[in-house]
Amino acid sequence: MQDRVLEKTMEPALAVSDLNVEILGENGAFPVVSEMSLSVRPGETVCIVGESGCGKSMTALSLLRLLPDSARIASGSIRIHGEDFLAMGGRQVEDFRGDKIAMIFQEPLTALNPVLTIGEQIAESVRQHRKLGKREAFARAVKCLELVQMPDPARRARQYPHELSGGMRQRAMIALALACEPKIIIADEPTTALDVTVQAQILGLISDLQKRLGTAQVLITHDLGVVAEIADRVIVMYAGRRVEECSVYELFDNPIHPYTIGLMGAVPRAASHDGEAQTAPERLTDIPGTVPPLWDLPKGCAFAPRCPRASARCLEERPPFIEKTPGHFAACWEHDNVR
Amino acid sequence: MSDNLAASPLLSVENLKVHFAIRAGVFQRQVGEVKAVDGVSFSIGAGETLGLVGESGCGKSTTGLALMGLVKATDGRIAMQGAEDVTAMRSVPRAHRRRMQIIFQDPFSSLNPRQRIRDIIRAPLDIHGIGTTEERRAEVAKLISLVGLRPDQADNFPHQFSGGQRQRIGIARALALKPDIIVCDEPVSALDVSVQAQILNLLADLQRELGLSYLFISHDLGVVEHVSHRVAVMYLGRIVETGPKKAIFSKPLHPYSELLLRSAPSHDPHRRHQFSAVSDDIPSATKKPSGCAFHTRCPLATDICRRIEPQLEVKADGQFVACHHR
Ligand SMILES: Nc1ncnc2c1ncn2[C@@H]1O[C@H](COP(=O)(O)OP(=O)(O)OP(=O)(O)O)[C@@H](O)[C@H]1O
Ligand SMILES: Nc1ncnc2c1ncn2[C@@H]1O[C@H](COP(=O)(O)OP(=O)(O)O)[C@@H](O)[C@H]1O
Ligand code: SF4
Ligand code: SF4
Ligand SMILES: [Mg+2]
Ligand SMILES: [Mg+2]
Repeated sequence: MQDRVLEKTMEPALAVSDLNVEILGENGAFPVVSEMSLSVRPGETVCIVGESGCGKSMTALSLLRLLPDSARIASGSIRIHGEDFLAMGGRQVEDFRGDKIAMIFQEPLTALNPVLTIGEQIAESVRQHRKLGKREAFARAVKCLELVQMPDPARRARQYPHELSGGMRQRAMIALALACEPKIIIADEPTTALDVTVQAQILGLISDLQKRLGTAQVLITHDLGVVAEIADRVIVMYAGRRVEECSVYELFDNPIHPYTIGLMGAVPRAASHDGEAQTAPERLTDIPGTVPPLWDLPKGCAFAPRCPRASARCLEERPPFIEKTPGHFAACWEHDNVR
Repeated sequence: MSDNLAASPLLSVENLKVHFAIRAGVFQRQVGEVKAVDGVSFSIGAGETLGLVGESGCGKSTTGLALMGLVKATDGRIAMQGAEDVTAMRSVPRAHRRRMQIIFQDPFSSLNPRQRIRDIIRAPLDIHGIGTTEERRAEVAKLISLVGLRPDQADNFPHQFSGGQRQRIGIARALALKPDIIVCDEPVSALDVSVQAQILNLLADLQRELGLSYLFISHDLGVVEHVSHRVAVMYLGRIVETGPKKAIFSKPLHPYSELLLRSAPSHDPHRRHQFSAVSDDIPSATKKPSGCAFHTRCPLATDICRRIEPQLEVKADGQFVACHHR
């Protein structure tokens, strides 16, 4: 708890404010990420959770300025250790990427270069940022693989991505991201493609490494179970916007937003190993309908068509994202009426 | 539930094996063999759901496909109550096919993009020559509303539907022949949780209304616990533990079942796991370890485990475990 107080006084490693990202579609631009703000301190993990298409990956890519050509940052600011990342030129962005901020992707096989060995890729990335000889850089790569507890690191460094299992590939990608000891890591669904036993290992690895290296982390997932295991703070996204934000304990103990509450009711959970198995409820509390397309959002609250508590006002006006109780933010009209 | 079923289960599978040849080179010579399913036995009663859980590549889908006659069983017996043994037959008889249907993970790739959904759902009725044109039309309308789609959507094409709706179409098509049992192969894995819950609820409603049985294949422990009456845990082509859902989830006996449950996220930040970052030696189906296939990852493994494959034995009420040390 005391650590928490200390952290509060610390400068955020990453500070994003009022970020707006749009997609340049056939019929003009439409927003995919709207009014996104977040700040992450050293040693802190902020999870962004939401269903597919809500803009999680677009948020992640914009944090590294890796957006595809079809998308662009329309406005907002991204500060990395206080420096204005969006004002930087191409060369400086390249210098920052990998060195100060790095990304872990969901599918390591598509993110890794298939024609280079794991060791070569890590060494190459190191040499982009540090003045090291080839041999030194390769030795550093083996050290990185050791750090991520790759079994038999010296041998694996000489193997190609397709020669590794899914879990080992994800370890290799984490090693690649950590090669220059960046202080900020953005991980987009880093365990989604993995089997549950391997997911557990990778989650264990990610939190071990964070404790040792004190990185600031943004971890993106659609899985509330992963959130419960690893987050300090959580941002719930719906249709390109934040709808709720608070500490992970607060989120699970006192969720406010009807969407968050709906999601929690919709997840069937495996009982924990030590406890008595829960008797499965007859029905899950499903959320009717589906996520609306981003180019055709309803006028008021985007969740209104699916919300059990929607009122006339919700259909007309979008609720502001505001602090409802200390440290707990949400965008919902109904919550104000309840209090 | 399962007790009185034992006498005459709806479906019983004995010692099912599906081995695939591994071929390589210009002449496609056989260089090896994958024992995707290697001696699997289970039974399913009327109105019962058997959850089949295990990690990628352990043979869940192959088991389901073999039941449907969509891949050829190498050995074993598949019997439906009151029907002849179909395993050895070159083509599975229609009567058998009608009683068992399958729904897949990816509803899109299993629907013909150029067909209207009313035609997709009617196809099984046409193929099996059931009813008059008028009766078929009425039946399709009934199925469409049964799975929660709107009648006016009947003339639309698959691409006009969301993932969850496509899964409803797949379910309607599977129901057309009034099967007794549906093989559900990861039917909700591709869906968002909010939509996943809709489909799980629909499957539960249908089971209650129509008395259906399910073989429910999933890698998601939460989903399996939610839907199943009984559970079978599969590892590299074998069932290593099976029993009532409650027993498997509260006191699993096989070390692999324990590992699976220990690995599932807690959904409660107050009760986090201390996950170990250590990688274990995960084998593949093509290089199956000797003896107990789990011995490369098992904390309890001893010499006998490396030499002799343990058989399923009853260890507790209805709970069968294949392990030398449990
Ligand atoms: N037609 C085939 N030819 C050769 N090998 C196959 C074939 N189909 C499946 N296999 C192999 O059989 C094993 C079991 O595959 P299967 O698809 O049944 O696994 P699964 O448990 O359904 O996995 P997942 O959870 O990934 O769907 C795997 O090693 C797979 O590569
Ligand atoms: N390269 C792209 N070009 C155009 N639109 C895209 C691209 N990638 C994603 N989108 C769209 O942006 C929206 C948000 O996508 P994404 O950020 O990937 O969602 P999430 O990661 O939350 O599933 C979706 O509507 C998606 O279709
Ligand atoms: S603002 Fe209205 S529609 Fe939106 S989540 Fe709150 S109650 Fe529901
Ligand atoms: S038989 Fe041996 S290796 Fe296999 S699960 Fe039991 S103790 Fe472990
Ligand atoms: Mg994504
Ligand atoms: Mg499968």
